[in-house]
Amino acid sequence: MNALSLLGRYFGASMRSQMQYPASAMMLTLAQLASTAIEIVSIWALFDRFGAVKGWAFGEVMFFYALIGISFSFADFLTRGFDVFGSDFVRTGAFDRLLLRPRSAALQLVGHDFRISRFGRFFQASIILAIATGTLGFVWTPQAILLALWTIAGGVAFFGALFVLQAVMAFWTVESLEAVNALTYGGVYAGQFPISFYARWFRTFLIFIVPLACVSYFPVLAILGRSDPLGAPDWFLPLAPAAGFLFLALAFLAWRFGVSKYTSTGS
Amino acid sequence: MPQILVQDLAKTYRVAERDPGMLGAVRGLVRRRWRTVEALKDVSFSLERGELLGFIGPNGAGKSTTIKILSGILRPDGGRVEIEGLVPYADRIKHVARIGVVFGQRTQLWWDLPVIDGFDLLRDIYRVDPQRYKATRDELVAMLRLEKLLDQPVRQLSLGQRMRAEIAAALLHEPSILFLDEPTIGLDAPSKLAVREFVKKLNQERGVTVLLTTHDMHDIEALAQRVIVIGHGQVLADSPFETLRANVLAERRLFVDFAGDAPALDLPGAEVRNRDGRSLELAFDPRVTSAPALIAAITARHAVEDIHVEQPAIEEVIAKFYDLHGANEA
Amino acid sequence: MDALRPYIAAFNSRFLLMMQYRAAALAGFFTQCWFGAVHVMVLAAFYLGAPEAAAASPITLSQAVTYTWLAQGLLAVMPWNGDPEVAAGVRTGSISYDRLRPVDAYALWYVRAAGWMTARLVPRVALMILAAGIALPLIGQGQWAWQPPSSLSAALLFALSETLAIALACAIVMLINIIVVATLNARGINILMQPIVIIFTGNLLPLALYPDVVRVALFLQPFAGTLDIPNRIYFGNLTGQMAWAGIGLQIFWTVLFIVLGRFWLGRVMSRLEVQGG
Repeated sequence: MNALSLLGRYFGASMRSQMQYPASAMMLTLAQLASTAIEIVSIWALFDRFGAVKGWAFGEVMFFYALIGISFSFADFLTRGFDVFGSDFVRTGAFDRLLLRPRSAALQLVGHDFRISRFGRFFQASIILAIATGTLGFVWTPQAILLALWTIAGGVAFFGALFVLQAVMAFWTVESLEAVNALTYGGVYAGQFPISFYARWFRTFLIFIVPLACVSYFPVLAILGRSDPLGAPDWFLPLAPAAGFLFLALAFLAWRFGVSKYTSTGS
Repeated sequence: MPQILVQDLAKTYRVAERDPGMLGAVRGLVRRRWRTVEALKDVSFSLERGELLGFIGPNGAGKSTTIKILSGILRPDGGRVEIEGLVPYADRIKHVARIGVVFGQRTQLWWDLPVIDGFDLLRDIYRVDPQRYKATRDELVAMLRLEKLLDQPVRQLSLGQRMRAEIAAALLHEPSILFLDEPTIGLDAPSKLAVREFVKKLNQERGVTVLLTTHDMHDIEALAQRVIVIGHGQVLADSPFETLRANVLAERRLFVDFAGDAPALDLPGAEVRNRDGRSLELAFDPRVTSAPALIAAITARHAVEDIHVEQPAIEEVIAKFYDLHGANEA
Repeated sequence: MDALRPYIAAFNSRFLLMMQYRAAALAGFFTQCWFGAVHVMVLAAFYLGAPEAAAASPITLSQAVTYTWLAQGLLAVMPWNGDPEVAAGVRTGSISYDRLRPVDAYALWYVRAAGWMTARLVPRVALMILAAGIALPLIGQGQWAWQPPSSLSAALLFALSETLAIALACAIVMLINIIVVATLNARGINILMQPIVIIFTGNLLPLALYPDVVRVALFLQPFAGTLDIPNRIYFGNLTGQMAWAGIGLQIFWTVLFIVLGRFWLGRVMSRLEVQGG
């Protein structure tokens, strides 16, 4: 059985086991929706007090917020196994069990769990996207839709890479997961604003080191049909999400290194 | 060529140490002290196809390190392992497809899923041919009496039921080698018996090689033809169990209940271990004197109500063995 | 003194255990730097982009920046979730042992939570001061730095108010613990707490920056006492009577939650006994 159909099996199993407690799945989804929705209140409060900033209004920022939120919700849905890797696999020794099976550990971790509740964030972000569309009077051309899907794909790869890196860190310390929270949840937060809000060193970091801007700022400019006020060439904007996939590939290299470290120290 | 060949295996771990007290805690934040622990020093043995080997030793002796290396999930620092022509940690994915592993304290089944769904997932993970899978599964289900459990979520099973399901899960891909790590831990007596009976059958009828680690000496007594005792990261003994028992503790016990108060006896080759009211416990070495000779000597002079001979309990054999090798501090 | 021994021991053992997690402390510090930096830059963009609105704002940019670093440095003493040890005890059933000990369960859990939170606080806040209070000015970025308290009296009042803030946070953590014990499930309440804490403590945005119509309500609600009130005392935004009003509120909420928590824990525990827990 090939990897993709095996993932399909895992998916079915995960859905069946969550459906053993349908009320709980429902509640968690709603809680996710509420908890992510409340964050936008603080952004709204800032715009309410200070007005538009550097040519960006609340409607556009909602656009950033929504696309990042959708990307993150999918990544969170697909890479839950990496997210809980330190606590549920390394600390408990359950990772040994994955290594005892004739499949790649990464594949088994993706299949470990698909959390229905992650759709809470997805719904919330979709609602924000609808509101942003209305506020800006944005027209969804087929080209814009394709570009948005491509952006989301790059974003899923990007956040997936962060979850993989978080898991890699667990090989060294299971107590360190907070650090990557800075990059995952902190990434969602940082990606909600156009990078022109940030200082130069931070923009450089978000473009070249942890390429968050490549899966949010640049492609969203392309979708909105705007040029980059910071001077990135127009042709680059729609191509930027590819950086998310490159980042994911690098994360898996680090993952392989982590696994080999694990098998040589056993801890 | 033996099926499993282990030569000069060595493995060292590094563990962090902390100074005691509040100051030590703060110091630990800044600088760590490390201590190296030699988990395995020089472990060698080999195993032929179809053997059933018991692997025993006190906690921390190196048993689980050895099992981890043999199953391919840990890389040794030195030495060589070859199992069916493969080096487990170098060819892990290929190797693990041929072995089955059961951890007594961890489950590999899916907690919220019915047993059968977990089995089906394992079929896909191990790429077992569906026809073949069905045959193997039905056979295992019958042998381990799992029929009524198949539709229950794993979390609802009792420990004994779960262990039977675990063992079936580890065998769905028909491995030629089975590693059992404390398979009877925490089980009630009937479940222990069921597990032992099944393992014995699997080994004898299917020729599956079994490597068993346990602290339950009855497992060893019931199953193992051969025993390796490990302590301080070294093989302390590698022999048939009976040889081990005979060598370490040849002692027998004679329990006598007298009609009146137990007399103070002085018999050649026997030593009084306990005297309490009418009962007397004697220890003797069968190589010096025999039970019939002792009984004859006692009954000749005293009125006796009951008499029986015991072999020392197997736990005692092992405890004494560990003591002899100073293995207990490990 | 002897009567206090079990509680002191519980505090110490938890404190020492948590201090071992060096990597966790560094990771926490990294997280704080990241969020702190992003928040500071976003605030700066808004303040500098709208000078008029900035002049009318109840707190200055420099105060908002200091507020942000304080919020990050004190992240470990926010009542984000229940004590993981209690959650683990519920899962494994070991909380029944706490009923068997000849100690006050509420007090024992309270000091354990306090040990847990302060041990995580110490290295994180120290590193934060080092980075945002000392290193930033040294590299010529003083305008984005964590400023010292506005005056000596502000510093002293802050020390009092921050102590109360931790006491209040522990009382809130205890309420969460009790909900965990009562519902036998930690996930739900923990997920629910995150957005409440991030908004209502002022962690995400200083409470003063929300629309003027809700500011009194935000000041009165209990979570303000865990972060917003001591922060505003620190940089002299709450002084004199207002500072004491804030401290009074902290005391009020702490006492109320402790009384409530003790009563409720007693009921939950006796119910567990009936069920055979």
